[in-house]
Amino acid sequence: MVTLKELTTEEFFTSGHRLCAGCGEGTNVRMVLKALRGPTIIVNATGCLEVASTIYPYTSWRTSWVHVAFENAAAVASGIEAAYKALARRNAWDKHVDIIAFAGDGGTFDIGIQALSGALERGHDFLYVCIDNEAYMNTGIQRSGATPHGAATTTSPAGKKIPGKPEFKKDLIGICAAHGIEYAATASPAYWNDYITKLRKGLEVEGPAVIHTFSPCPLGMRHDSDKSIEVARLAVQTRYWPVYEVEKGKYKLNIKVTKPRPVIDFLKMQGRFGHLFQPQFQHEIDIIQQWVDENWKRITELCGESQVVKR
Amino acid sequence: MWQSQKEHMKRCAGLSDIRKPGWRSIPIGGMLLEPGSALKYKTGDWRAFRPIVDETKCVNCLLCWIYCPDSSIVRKEKFVAINYDYCKGCGICAAECPTKAIRMEEEKR
Amino acid sequence: MTRTMGLTGDEAIAYAAKQSNVDVVAAYPITPQTIIVEAFSEYVFDGEVHSEFVCVESEHSATSACIGASLTGARVFTATSSQGLALMHEMLYIASGLRCPIVMGVANRALSAPINIHGDHSDMMGSRDCGWLQIYAENAQEAYDWTIQAFKIAEDDNVLLPVSVNIDGFIISHSMEGIQVQEDKETLEFLSTRKPALTIDPDKPVTVGALCFTDYYFEVKRQQVEALDNSFKVIRKVNQEYKALTNRSYDTLETYGVEDAEAAIICLGSTAGTAKAVAKKLRDDGKKVGVIKLWVYRPFPTKEILETVKNLKALAVLDRACSFGAPYGALCSDVLSVLHGAGKELKVFNGVFGLGGRDITPTDIESVFNEALETAKTGVVKEPVKFIGVRE
Repeated sequence: MVTLKELTTEEFFTSGHRLCAGCGEGTNVRMVLKALRGPTIIVNATGCLEVASTIYPYTSWRTSWVHVAFENAAAVASGIEAAYKALARRNAWDKHVDIIAFAGDGGTFDIGIQALSGALERGHDFLYVCIDNEAYMNTGIQRSGATPHGAATTTSPAGKKIPGKPEFKKDLIGICAAHGIEYAATASPAYWNDYITKLRKGLEVEGPAVIHTFSPCPLGMRHDSDKSIEVARLAVQTRYWPVYEVEKGKYKLNIKVTKPRPVIDFLKMQGRFGHLFQPQFQHEIDIIQQWVDENWKRITELCGESQVVKR
Repeated sequence: MWQSQKEHMKRCAGLSDIRKPGWRSIPIGGMLLEPGSALKYKTGDWRAFRPIVDETKCVNCLLCWIYCPDSSIVRKEKFVAINYDYCKGCGICAAECPTKAIRMEEEKR
Repeated sequence: MTRTMGLTGDEAIAYAAKQSNVDVVAAYPITPQTIIVEAFSEYVFDGEVHSEFVCVESEHSATSACIGASLTGARVFTATSSQGLALMHEMLYIASGLRCPIVMGVANRALSAPINIHGDHSDMMGSRDCGWLQIYAENAQEAYDWTIQAFKIAEDDNVLLPVSVNIDGFIISHSMEGIQVQEDKETLEFLSTRKPALTIDPDKPVTVGALCFTDYYFEVKRQQVEALDNSFKVIRKVNQEYKALTNRSYDTLETYGVEDAEAAIICLGSTAGTAKAVAKKLRDDGKKVGVIKLWVYRPFPTKEILETVKNLKALAVLDRACSFGAPYGALCSDVLSVLHGAGKELKVFNGVFGLGGRDITPTDIESVFNEALETAKTGVVKEPVKFIGVRE
């Protein structure tokens, strides 16, 4: 457990970056960097964070930071980790360096899934943080494997015939846990204490650790810029975003939402679901609620909790 | 428009009045050797609204400080202050403050 | 101390990487490069090297991991062919753009479709603009020698660019030769440890891979051009130092008989070996022919080429790859450009051959020489582009 006062005031991610006002990535990254424990190298996949924080000649990063491409954050991290192992073996390196890979949902769920899977299987010692804003936001809000059912994006628009994305969100932590890694967890920036505790756990693990965090996007999710943390909170309180961890294959529910808000409270805050409130598409909201309920049931059963859905 | 753009560039350090460096003068591979150089880029003029802290209501809980995407909350001894050089006026601090110590006011230009 | 070892082209490259004390090898298997990866794995699993071998899940991840490793200051090696090289295409540009001195062995193999596992140069030619130095070895000996030299060239502060050492797939990669190798410690002394000025050491944080808008991208690319230009001096210096160590001479190109030749063949890789043998036979019969073998294809050794062709009347450029839709094959286009630029009056024709591993025989080469001699005599190029060895 952490207290805000004990966290370092040093900002390894400085002001002056060009992320949108109210961007969830800014908050997420600052929280990650409060969890650092020593020399750190950050590998960043292409995306909003990478682009907005390093517009030549300005960089917001005060740690060593590497951006190579969109789909290979985990592969680049693997190479860095291997290099330090080899250098240490020939006595050319004696420090422990924490390696953190940042990628969005695009660079993790879709184009980056191969590199992530390979790195997890090979067991490299690094922490992978997927900052999920549920679409390819940097290129203008296109759907990804992390976009939820019913969300309007530019490649799954709220059309007259098809109201937003028909498919459902991939289970990233399930995929990561299937690789047999020691630690995988979900988090939300609205629950900073749980988040930072998990980040520290992930850094301490010897081997790969994955943290999947929610990142509200005022522009892409279409909510007011001051509502970002509220959206991140409601995601959890509606059970839309279960907060749990998988430690050595054992599931544990961290935030027990005993009196959940209906998912419609989460949906109505965001313009990307606005079209679902038309009479002809209202049943989609029931479908989303059903998905939330089934997902919650699945996760809580894995966690050994019995959670009766109260509505 | 042109005038305020010029003003903005002046506020950003260094590069408005001198020619940008040639290929011989920059480090190879597009590397940036000065960590945190983004601090020279003041994003404060993005604001349409600015947060004002009522020090009498602030209990120094630091929630605004941890939530601010732009590291624009300054931790003081007994309360917080805003770094207006970078604050983009998103309003998260005002929305999340448990004692409603922060209010958003329209930015006057 | 030199000794002889029986090694295939692939094994020779792996052995050179071993002697070069590489820190990280991140590679994915693909025919006909696979032996390189397998041989190196044996070194690692037998505890003969300190290297970290990252068995990545694709060639794209191989280069990605190599870039990450190279940025820490480690010595990095990888290998691939054909589809693998094509898969890492975007990363090739990034590796050179980020100035990572990675050495890559390429067992050149035809690009699909149709799928074909045999040797031609379409894979490396498809990526010839990626900013890497590109060296073509004629045989396993050259593959071993160039791989070692490649590390020294790549890691030089005036270069800092990745290098590919290319060998003909199956023809060289799988053919055993008796090659001369020096002792491990001699190679190590020649190479010394890599000590880069800039790394991602967290004690001196740097930002690598920033977004360069329209106002900076061009300058970074111009730096790369400069580095490639600088590499000529470095290649020559390394060649001389290597000769002092091994008594084996290298340069940007090698010639045979061009001093008094009227017609010559210019080509890359193992074909030069066949061409030299045929040229010797023809020269014994009194025909004035020669062979120019490019070792270094990128950067293109314009000055040396102009120097070697100065007495020729006709030149046959052999390309083991097809540049679809282009007026000539890749090598021929480059040769013609420099000749035209220098105002040289020299008759040139292009022979595209060997695609998909189609053999080129001494008879084929002899007819190319004869055609070139004919062109030298008449001044007429009958066919600007010929396809040698294809069934009509």
